Amino acid sequence: MPIAESETPGLSSQSRVVTPRSLSHLRLLEAESIHILREVASEFERPVMLYSIGKDSSVMLRLAQKAFFPGPIPFPLLHIDTGFKFREMITFRDEMARSVGAELLVWRNEPAIAAGTNPIALDTRRCCGLLKTQALLDALRHYNFDAAFGGARRDEEKARAKERIYSFRDSAGQWDPKNQRPELWNLYNARIHPGESIRVFPLSNWTEMDVWQYIHEEDIPVVDLYFAKERPMYIRGDALLPIEQNFVARLGEKPQLVKSRLRSLGCSPCTGAIRSDAATVADIIAELLSFRSSERANRVIDHDQEGSMEIKKREGYF
Amino acid sequence: MAATTVPGFSIQEFLVEEREKDLLRFSTAGSVDDGKSTLIGRLLYDTQSVYEDQVRSIEGKGTTAPGQIDFALLTDGLRAEREQGITIDVAYRYFSTARRKFIIADTPGHEQYTRNMATGASTADAAVVLIDASKGVLIQSRRHAYIASLLRVQHVLVAVNKMDLIGYNEAAFRVIERDFRLVLEQIASDTGNPVEATFVPVSALAGDNIVHRSASMPWYAGPSLLELLESLPSSHDTRTEPFRFPVQRVLRPDHTFRGFAGQIASGTVRPGDSITVLPSGRSAQVQRIVTWDGDLDEARAPLSVTLVLNHELDISRGDLIVSSQSPATVAKSATAALVWMDQRPLELNRRYLVKHTSQTVPAFVSSLEHRTDIGTLRHEPATTLEMNGIGVVKLHLLRPIALDRYAENRSTGALILIDAESNRTVAAGMITAASSYAATGDLTHADAWGPVTAGEREARWGHRGGVLELSGPVGLIDSIERSLFTVGVVSARIEADADAFVLHPRLLEIVTNLQTQSGLLSLVVHASESNTLTARAEGRQITVDADEPIQAVSAVHQLLHSTGIFIPSEKAGL
Repeated sequence: MPIAESETPGLSSQSRVVTPRSLSHLRLLEAESIHILREVASEFERPVMLYSIGKDSSVMLRLAQKAFFPGPIPFPLLHIDTGFKFREMITFRDEMARSVGAELLVWRNEPAIAAGTNPIALDTRRCCGLLKTQALLDALRHYNFDAAFGGARRDEEKARAKERIYSFRDSAGQWDPKNQRPELWNLYNARIHPGESIRVFPLSNWTEMDVWQYIHEEDIPVVDLYFAKERPMYIRGDALLPIEQNFVARLGEKPQLVKSRLRSLGCSPCTGAIRSDAATVADIIAELLSFRSSERANRVIDHDQEGSMEIKKREGYF
Repeated sequence: MAATTVPGFSIQEFLVEEREKDLLRFSTAGSVDDGKSTLIGRLLYDTQSVYEDQVRSIEGKGTTAPGQIDFALLTDGLRAEREQGITIDVAYRYFSTARRKFIIADTPGHEQYTRNMATGASTADAAVVLIDASKGVLIQSRRHAYIASLLRVQHVLVAVNKMDLIGYNEAAFRVIERDFRLVLEQIASDTGNPVEATFVPVSALAGDNIVHRSASMPWYAGPSLLELLESLPSSHDTRTEPFRFPVQRVLRPDHTFRGFAGQIASGTVRPGDSITVLPSGRSAQVQRIVTWDGDLDEARAPLSVTLVLNHELDISRGDLIVSSQSPATVAKSATAALVWMDQRPLELNRRYLVKHTSQTVPAFVSSLEHRTDIGTLRHEPATTLEMNGIGVVKLHLLRPIALDRYAENRSTGALILIDAESNRTVAAGMITAASSYAATGDLTHADAWGPVTAGEREARWGHRGGVLELSGPVGLIDSIERSLFTVGVVSARIEADADAFVLHPRLLEIVTNLQTQSGLLSLVVHASESNTLTARAEGRQITVDADEPIQAVSAVHQLLHSTGIFIPSEKAGL
């Protein structure tokens, strides 16, 4: 695969010697994730890393740099572009792939996008089904990937709390929660038949707080949308809706400038912002401590329907 | 909602404190009705680890009185569970206190799901075993304690729950404590792994002694369950154990660098240390410990690092780098305790794959020494292990591997067994004994010196010798060969249209006969541009659409099953 020049210092020169830090929870989580990344890269023929541009992907990418240092990341990144991602995300994505020196693949469900698929015209479930799940399954099949890393964490949602680190998918990409392989110690079963695949979650045991603390400690770049700024928003009750897409506006609705930020990055029509003054990573951590609602509460998709994340996952969603 | 700032709170101080926090993993296990989910829900709720929207989403649901929260619903994830009202799989929960971060492996107590209990216990530093005070010590509690001990979970916290139902009666608590200590002693003598147990009287429903100490039990002066969890020593500190480093990957980005990437399984390593590579037995010294953050002057388990040695050795994935002072055992056979985890029972001499550290080796089980009844701790003679069965077996590996006893090393002593045909993880194994490969060799049978029989070949490879003729597109034939290779079939591919066979019409038959006698599957291949694939074996023939490769591959496997080349299982199952 074509890999651009990467900035990996210390190939032949002796780099600085650091004293080992005490093994904090972040070091332990990091060591576990690196082990998983190396296992997958060594045991599968065609692994790929799903890169969603969000904070979890940023952490996963840094861990991949660490896992294979001083070599390059030995698999490509894949972004499933719904066409509704924030412009700043796309700019950040391209810059990030360049600076890390990884191959970036972008896949869009062009027929569905051309047909005008959006979450207002359809419901969010069918929109996600076409632009995310279908696009993902098509991309995995097109490139013949047999393992795909995702940045999902078990603390995000109840259905994810039961997900294995190696999540087996049948030849249709589907998850069967009743028929998961037992997973013991750090011994992962990578055996699959042709057509089957494994989704791998190296950040399974990280919490939202761990992710932000790691970003803080490691100085990992993240999209500016996470930080509070005056941004034009439609205000509906408690919800703040970004104005990226015209069809989001209701008749006569006017955007207002609100000091706000995004807590998790998704598609602009389905990701609400929150009022916030948090302008730095430390501010975000402080804000997190004071929060009384969970990270995905601003995602329309999860609470459309009782157990909706589980239904989506069974169908092949990440 | 805007964030509120708490007066006197400094985020910088908070971050410094967080940096020092370690991580404790514990498993919980309990019977369907003894309130495990309620206990975890209570732990999360009382440590402010659940958000308001999560509480709102379950308010008024479940089995509690109106206005009350059914804490169990906070942790019950899947739809099937909600329908059945029981937890069916391992779920992981996260919370932290001012002192420590925690990961809970929440494992079901239902008898069928012993395998999940073992899964949760495999990575746990501690186990919380629940006993329903109103019912006393039941089989489930014994089972949990047994598995915790078998998997060497160091600390067992026994939460005697539902104390509110028995009027917070001290005498009843003491009887349960006395009875269960006896059980734990018997268990420890069976597994050989000592159990450190602490007993706490609690009520998960009322919140007594879960997070806060209870006022209802003045006779109990000890710490709450959470206080105990906060003060346990974590068991990932193995720095005094011998150094073990399974090689996951060789990193050689250019000719100037050659490093061995892996996660330290136990012990400590420093530049200058003498190491030995197993199974080859060659030695070298550690020159550098390379990480993205810079070289280290010391690294310890469980860090993931890359080692550079002072001279070139032939090392690949699956090798074990060990301290030269205390090397591991290199063995081709071992005695292991197995926890069986699959619907299809253990079959002696069936072909399995052992995954151990970073390598996968074909293996078979030659004998079952005994099965353990966890209820009575009796050792019973048996010929198989069924789902959730536990027993001790003799395991033979096709290649020697470097290992330790599980009692000495929870990483290099552990293995999983994978079915080579279905690819399912069928058992967890803990090595209890292994003798050095060079000293005893592989077989102990009297026939160890005789000719290799057809039966021995079948037992090892899982199939008979035979001929499979394939006509169709070459890409699909490649996929079929690959799929056979993947499941461990020993095959030899013959291009039937090659000149030698055209010139000598009988040659093909001679070659395939010889190969069949040696137990190999001959793939006699005619490549064509056709859009169908024809496969023939033992006089049976199928023709399938070549544009549906997955179905085509699967049809060929079916054919091999139906002709008896793949040896049919005697047991029910796949």
